[in-house]
Amino acid sequence: MEYTIKIGGEAGQGIQTIGEALCRVFARSGFHVFSHQDYESRVRGGHNFYQIRISSEPVTASRNTIDILVALDRESISRHGHELSAHGRILYDPTTLQFKNKAPSSLEIPFEKLALDQGGETIMANTVATGAVLGILGMGLDILVDLLANTFKNKGEKSVRDNSGAAEAGYHFAREHCKSCAFAMGTVEAKQRMLINGTESIALGALASGCTFYAAYPMTPSTGIMNYLASKGKEYGVIVEQAEDEISAINMALGASYAGVRAMTGTSGGGFALMVEGLSLAGMTETPIVLAMGQRPGPATGLPTRTEQGDLEFLVSAGHGEFPRVIFAPGSPEQAFYLTNKAFDIAEKYQIPVFILFDTYLSDSQWTIDSLDLNQLRYHDYRLRGEPFRNLADYKRYRYTETGVSPLAVPGDADHLVVADSDEHDENGHIIEDAATRIKMVNKRLFRKIPLIRSEIAPPLLYGNPEAEIVLVGWGSTYGVMKAAIDELARPANIAMLHFSEVFPLPDSASFDYLAFLRRARISLCVENNATGQFKRILRAETGFTFTASIHRYDGRPFTVEELKGEIHGHLGNI
Amino acid sequence: MVTLETYKGQPPAWCPGCGNFGIVRAFSEVMVELRLEPHQITLVSGIGQAAKLPHYTRGNTFNGLHGRALPVATGIRLANHGMRVIVTTGDGDCYGEGGNHLMAAMRRNINVKLFVHNNQIYGLTKGQPSPTTNEGTIAKNTPFGVISGQFNPMVLAVALECGLAARAFVADQEHLKGLMREAMNHKGFAIIDILQPCVSFNKVNTFQWYRERVYHLEPEYNPEDRNAAFARALEWGDRIPIGIIYRNHRPAYEERVPILEKGPLVAQVFDPKRITEALKEFY
Repeated sequence: MEYTIKIGGEAGQGIQTIGEALCRVFARSGFHVFSHQDYESRVRGGHNFYQIRISSEPVTASRNTIDILVALDRESISRHGHELSAHGRILYDPTTLQFKNKAPSSLEIPFEKLALDQGGETIMANTVATGAVLGILGMGLDILVDLLANTFKNKGEKSVRDNSGAAEAGYHFAREHCKSCAFAMGTVEAKQRMLINGTESIALGALASGCTFYAAYPMTPSTGIMNYLASKGKEYGVIVEQAEDEISAINMALGASYAGVRAMTGTSGGGFALMVEGLSLAGMTETPIVLAMGQRPGPATGLPTRTEQGDLEFLVSAGHGEFPRVIFAPGSPEQAFYLTNKAFDIAEKYQIPVFILFDTYLSDSQWTIDSLDLNQLRYHDYRLRGEPFRNLADYKRYRYTETGVSPLAVPGDADHLVVADSDEHDENGHIIEDAATRIKMVNKRLFRKIPLIRSEIAPPLLYGNPEAEIVLVGWGSTYGVMKAAIDELARPANIAMLHFSEVFPLPDSASFDYLAFLRRARISLCVENNATGQFKRILRAETGFTFTASIHRYDGRPFTVEELKGEIHGHLGNI
Repeated sequence: MVTLETYKGQPPAWCPGCGNFGIVRAFSEVMVELRLEPHQITLVSGIGQAAKLPHYTRGNTFNGLHGRALPVATGIRLANHGMRVIVTTGDGDCYGEGGNHLMAAMRRNINVKLFVHNNQIYGLTKGQPSPTTNEGTIAKNTPFGVISGQFNPMVLAVALECGLAARAFVADQEHLKGLMREAMNHKGFAIIDILQPCVSFNKVNTFQWYRERVYHLEPEYNPEDRNAAFARALEWGDRIPIGIIYRNHRPAYEERVPILEKGPLVAQVFDPKRITEALKEFY
């Protein structure tokens, strides 16, 4: 069993409210859910949609075909009517849309009238629609009623009662008027699943890693991290500061990190462009910092609310001068949680900047997962503080060491001074100009650290046939759709994928010789949500490996399963 | 026991006769008078001749980027409000490159002390105009004279309700030290615009030029009267007032962050297990 539900309409009509309620009900009922959103850069009007795939099996990407279309405006029908499956249904309110759809797939439901009849307000038409979807799917209503009670409890009893009434009205109307509907959800294990999106996972990962300082300037698609951390600030002791600009945001985070707390900033490409000098400062002063970088299509303002994997090379080379950095690119909310934790650990252990590179698609996609395991988290305080710092006879912030990692002390904890400098400096942190010290410092912060950092990088995930003739390679948010395509193509084709979630520096081959694996494949395809193939170029530059071909999408939208399969099929003739 | 010797730093790389020497001397003396030890203070600076000051005295130091000292200082204060944080900067660094951060710091009223070495010229890059250079000044890169209007930091401070705004003249050492003490003891953001001649590149605003113009604000002057403060802040030319031009008692930013009521962030204990509660909300 699996169905796809699409809710379409203008910004401000409540598409998200319906979508989120449905996703939550499905997840609490034990189903697997994958949802993604498509919206314009405007607060009202335009055309937006929220697409939910629900299944008894795990799902990791969206399909092209939809089974239920909830149309809150006419455009939803004209744009998405053709995506309907053979047994699919369009739910709409002919009165508010002032329109009658002739197609037999139509199911007219007076959303607004039903809401008003219950004594509610017009806005509750959304609750009617949510109830109606559950009605035609033949699901129970209890979980939704529960959810509504919780959502509206702060608005008073009447609001809870009216919303429940609205949900019931929609539910019963749909059941009565959709007798010929062929939806059957089947049964799944009664188990509540966790439902979480990319930005929430990153924020949660930060919280779980002891991040207590987040400074940022709002920018899609990173703003969700700031909002979530701010909502938890009081409870968990996290300071969230909205900086006057991104330059300030990264410098504040560096100041907080220097002072002894785990600090983070987040932004998107344009904002990160402003942070680049600060990144270089982190490199020179060896100040740990985690940066969440959410990609959206550029150049410049580009498509502000859409998705692209266009900034990998920017991050690899950002910042003047030469210094080490690490880039993680999670492929799912689950990976985002664990990799954010690893980012905090590595940033502090090696005193370097570490990126969580994501995109709008991952940011907004909701996945169901069984649980997040706190026992898998790394938490070690690498800072020198309190008694051990006071007991030192002598302290040098940039002491030469075997590993290149110098003691990172908390200023004020002892009478030793902690001196950090953006100029080239001596072991004490004071400005120098001489060549010999310069060479020793470059060796310390760059050459000594790099092999140690590389040894921390996990190899790519191999999914599918280990003897595969066809290998798909991707990084970041394409993980889910590649995995789904492999699952569907595995029978006819001898196929596998390599997914890199730890992209830079490239992992070594100690535990898995992925290059040898790639070289054995008859067809190797690099899948990227960008125009030119940035990972493809990095892999070639670092290893000399050249792909047979590459698959790109650069219209600001994510790949769907059918589209990716189609692209792959186009290359299979070459075998 | 803190003595002037405690505050002896690296040998300065400033030009002989530079006004900066008087500032570092006054600063070190004030720290000694306040019985502050070097590890109890953090000096934050950006780029320019003033930004080198932390190396020529002693203290925890973050010598960062051009114009960006205030955001770093803000981050330090929010992470550890038990630490005294002082920014040493110049007119180019703070009023030019870092202008947006200056406005934000005043609005936040973060408890950071901002000591601006204002010599009305760019020294380190050898003689270009700064925001405080007089209109019409002919410099190497302004053959037709400076066209932009002169920036007045005191007017900005009064307009943005800066916690404490003062102007000093480096040659008036005791007066400067008094203002530094006031600033250090003020519970909020404090700026001292320190007039300080650049002996190498500013041939107009010399010791003599300032000496002929500066005057002490009268003892009966009330810096808490904002309208009066505007009038004094606007005064620049034949007569330049020095002293505390404006002061208010807005609570500092750190005092208004509930998370910091439990003590400095850096001292708060982290327990990763507590996250379990947050996870539950996603089911």
